[in-house]
Amino acid sequence: MTQAVLERPPGRGDLPSDVHHDEGPSGILKWLTSTDHKVIGKSYLITSFIFFVIGGAMALVIRAQLSSPNNALVSQHQYNELFTMHGSIMLLLFAGPFAFAGFANYFVPLQVGAPDMAFPRLNALSYWLFLSGGLIMISGFLTTGGAADFGWVAYAPLSNATNSPGAGADMWIIALILTGFSAIFTGVNIVTTVFYLRAPGMTMFRVPIFTWNMLVVAILILIAFPVLTSALVMLFADRHFGTHIFEVQGGGVPVLWQHLFWFFGHPEVYIIALPYFGMVTDIIPVFSRKPLFGYKGMIFATMAIAALSTGVWAHHMFTTGVVLLPFFSLMSYLIAVPTGIKFFNWIATMWRGQIRFTASMLFCIGFLLTFLVGGLTGVLLASPPIDFATHDTYFVVAHFHSVVMALVMAGVGAIFYWYPKITNRMLNETLGKATFWFMFIGANVTFMPQYLLGLRGMPRRIATYPASSGFATLNLVSSAGAMLIAISALLLLWNFWISWRKPVPAGDNPWDAHTLEWATTSPPPHHNFNSLPPIRSERPVWDANHPEAALTSHGASLKSAGGDAL
Amino acid sequence: MKVEAWFLVGLAVFFGLVGAVYWFLSYEDAGSVMLAGTALLGLLPGGYYLWWSRRMSPRPEDRSDATIASGASVIGAFPSTSLWPFVAGLGFALVALALIFGLWTALPGFSLVFTAMVGFIRESRRGGAV
Amino acid sequence: MCAAGIPSVGAFRFCSVNMDSSRRARPETGFVQGMPISSSRRIIRSLVRPLEARSAVYITAAAAALLLAGCNAPTFGAYRGATTQGHATFKLWQGSVIAALAVGALVLGLIMWAVFRYRKTSDEIPKQTQYHLPLEIAYTVIPLIIVAVLFYFTVVTENQVDALPPHPAAVVKITAFQWGWRFHYLGHHVVVEGNDVTGNVPELVLPVGQTVRVILVSNDVVHGFYVAAFDFSRYALPGVTNRFDLTVRHAGTYPGRCTQFCGLYHTEMLFTVKAVTPQQFQAWLISKAGDTRVRNTVTTGSHNATASGVGQAHLPRTKTSAGAVSVQPARVRKAA
Repeated sequence: MTQAVLERPPGRGDLPSDVHHDEGPSGILKWLTSTDHKVIGKSYLITSFIFFVIGGAMALVIRAQLSSPNNALVSQHQYNELFTMHGSIMLLLFAGPFAFAGFANYFVPLQVGAPDMAFPRLNALSYWLFLSGGLIMISGFLTTGGAADFGWVAYAPLSNATNSPGAGADMWIIALILTGFSAIFTGVNIVTTVFYLRAPGMTMFRVPIFTWNMLVVAILILIAFPVLTSALVMLFADRHFGTHIFEVQGGGVPVLWQHLFWFFGHPEVYIIALPYFGMVTDIIPVFSRKPLFGYKGMIFATMAIAALSTGVWAHHMFTTGVVLLPFFSLMSYLIAVPTGIKFFNWIATMWRGQIRFTASMLFCIGFLLTFLVGGLTGVLLASPPIDFATHDTYFVVAHFHSVVMALVMAGVGAIFYWYPKITNRMLNETLGKATFWFMFIGANVTFMPQYLLGLRGMPRRIATYPASSGFATLNLVSSAGAMLIAISALLLLWNFWISWRKPVPAGDNPWDAHTLEWATTSPPPHHNFNSLPPIRSERPVWDANHPEAALTSHGASLKSAGGDAL
Repeated sequence: MKVEAWFLVGLAVFFGLVGAVYWFLSYEDAGSVMLAGTALLGLLPGGYYLWWSRRMSPRPEDRSDATIASGASVIGAFPSTSLWPFVAGLGFALVALALIFGLWTALPGFSLVFTAMVGFIRESRRGGAV
Repeated sequence: MCAAGIPSVGAFRFCSVNMDSSRRARPETGFVQGMPISSSRRIIRSLVRPLEARSAVYITAAAAALLLAGCNAPTFGAYRGATTQGHATFKLWQGSVIAALAVGALVLGLIMWAVFRYRKTSDEIPKQTQYHLPLEIAYTVIPLIIVAVLFYFTVVTENQVDALPPHPAAVVKITAFQWGWRFHYLGHHVVVEGNDVTGNVPELVLPVGQTVRVILVSNDVVHGFYVAAFDFSRYALPGVTNRFDLTVRHAGTYPGRCTQFCGLYHTEMLFTVKAVTPQQFQAWLISKAGDTRVRNTVTTGSHNATASGVGQAHLPRTKTSAGAVSVQPARVRKAA
């Protein structure tokens, strides 16, 4: 093992004397042994992207099955496995880890000017738990009974040993316990890094919004994931150790599972969403050549969203008839307010800017438009009566897919934005714009018909429907849209391939960006910084490159006053 | 440190209030306990930070006028490579699998975890201030 | 399982079918049954008065007023709600969608304007505006007002949908199980049971214009009672007894099904609702009571269960001749 005791020597922007610095092994051994946050971050990004491809392939099979009435491409049992695993993989192995473990690992230390995450070895352990958990979950397909098939929400008592016997279900539970611990460790790491490893002058109110959002997400992880893990342990005990926690027959309470699951599940929605909000919030100002409008409002909006999101779990349970409808309805409605603040801040940032339409910026605008649809339908669903009418129909499916496809667009935007920093290569912009149009049009063609399908009474998680239902045309359109999304994913992969074969050097700061990760080389050296610029606002790199356009005294005074008052 | 402290204490206050409102409106056990737990999650570290933040001088990263030089000191010790997280991860996965497929994976699993623990500790002692 | 003389119904028919030409439903336009127009005006007045100064309220309330008064707005894809409860939901839906479309159009317009108007035209660095407090306060407060108005209408509608007035005309105990339904008309010797896995879709017969109390339980896992045309669904939870009322407005046949994923044959867990006149309903009940094709051996308890009594308190144990399952007694939870 090599170990570096890092010191910041005196003098502005000098080299941290990484005297014991050693590149260490290379190749597979480097992957196995590295505790460098950048290597681990890349591992997370690649692994979760592979899970995205797997989950996406499942989605395509699902859409193919539903493209025509009375279709028998897959059996009912296979269909049940497919949507269960599609949901579990996309939410827990892709969308979350891609952002809060992949991008966060890579960029949180860079954005706060830290040499690494606070606990590098815990970070590595977290990755290995994630990988093994993911592999265990997917290997459920190899067992005789097949993978878990009770939906990603695993409602008790459907998920008990009587109704869902088989090792596939157990592997799903074990996998989520492992990835849950992985997430908790990552959360601990992010909080500690942001609290203790910021560079001098990087006050909390100068931390880039992406990192702020990751801090809030890390807290949400610490709130939500232990609940999931304990619920899963209880479920496992019910299945194998003879307890009756969720069994009516033994005096248990099945609804308890729903409370526990959604106390995790709703914050999980924001654990997934907030990092992508953060990426968009970092990208839009760069390509508008303006500071983020309402920087502090944005931080408080993030906190408000996160706080409220932990108090709305039972809006997934409106139709159970055993929850307090007005309380959860009001809390859910209130989330619209900070989300609206974010929207208006994003728009006001673009307002009177000089907007460069790079592929990254296009994806961010695609995010805004798609998320607008998902957000507004979410406000509709905050009303219990409307939820009674649409619960468990494709309306809800379309709502959350609008949201997550918006997040995927933000994520791809972030790939285009940060790929040069990670690899020192540019992605092809023309191809990127084609990717955007395929994905944007594809997402809307896929999910707009599903709103109508839901309103016309098509429930989710049904394997097929008869021709007389009138669902066929809309489903066919939806499936065609899914093909467009698949094409966009292929274009993205092709773009990676091109950059691999014919690299176009990117340089350290190709976008004229704002935050600290662009102050170092591409890719950053071991332990990140050879020098640091002075940090006098939330965009130190911009200030260094454009001293004439550094924030005026108005903004600066607001910032320093607020920063120290708190 | 103050912002960090108030961030966590604010979390505790919010969930304390929400938890109280929820309890008295619903008398529902599970949610109330979880909300109270969330309030504690903010209160314990937040209270500790708050206590400290009033007794310590601001760190360079808390001062908006700090220069890079003012933070010149030992940041900490960061291992560059270590095999043990991988070994531990593999071990934990095997232990978990033993719950499903029987105890035959538990023995290698616990051995790996134990080896990794020894490895972690030896590494830290050798490296110093981890 | 269908009664003689009433045509059997395909599994998936998603528009209401009028079974009796003499009782063909009137066109929906202007058809307000659940709520008299005068009371809707009263609600709007009482809403608007305390917040008169707020323009956001005016816009939302105006949209809602239009809807509560007339129903002339489009359906936005939803069913109009074939029950009075569902129709209340439908009106809330119309108002909420109009509000959502208004907000969406505004935000979309702002985004599009920003995108097209502020394309990069020069290398000049734009003005570095970062804060504008009045603007930020404005777009915090206005959404707050909008959601407050929406929340108010939600609570009003929710109370209508969940209302359990005394003395329903009939009480049906619905038991969901993997993967079928049992409809037990309490106080009568009538139990209808079936599942589509064996090609036998059970039929829930309801009287038009009368309020029927439904007592919903589950025998095994979580199911969802859902009739799309009623704009309504409710979980059937093991260990929990749910109660709700259905007052069907129009005669017809409405497909229903389980919405909460409940295992292998969830797709096929169907039922049909047939709404008939109260006279036909009574006749049907009497004919079924002696019909051997209906599994109707109802045992202890149900004789004593008068309609209103059951709605409030104890639940009888029932057992079918199929001998399948005895229903768990109601576990009343504190939150319920």
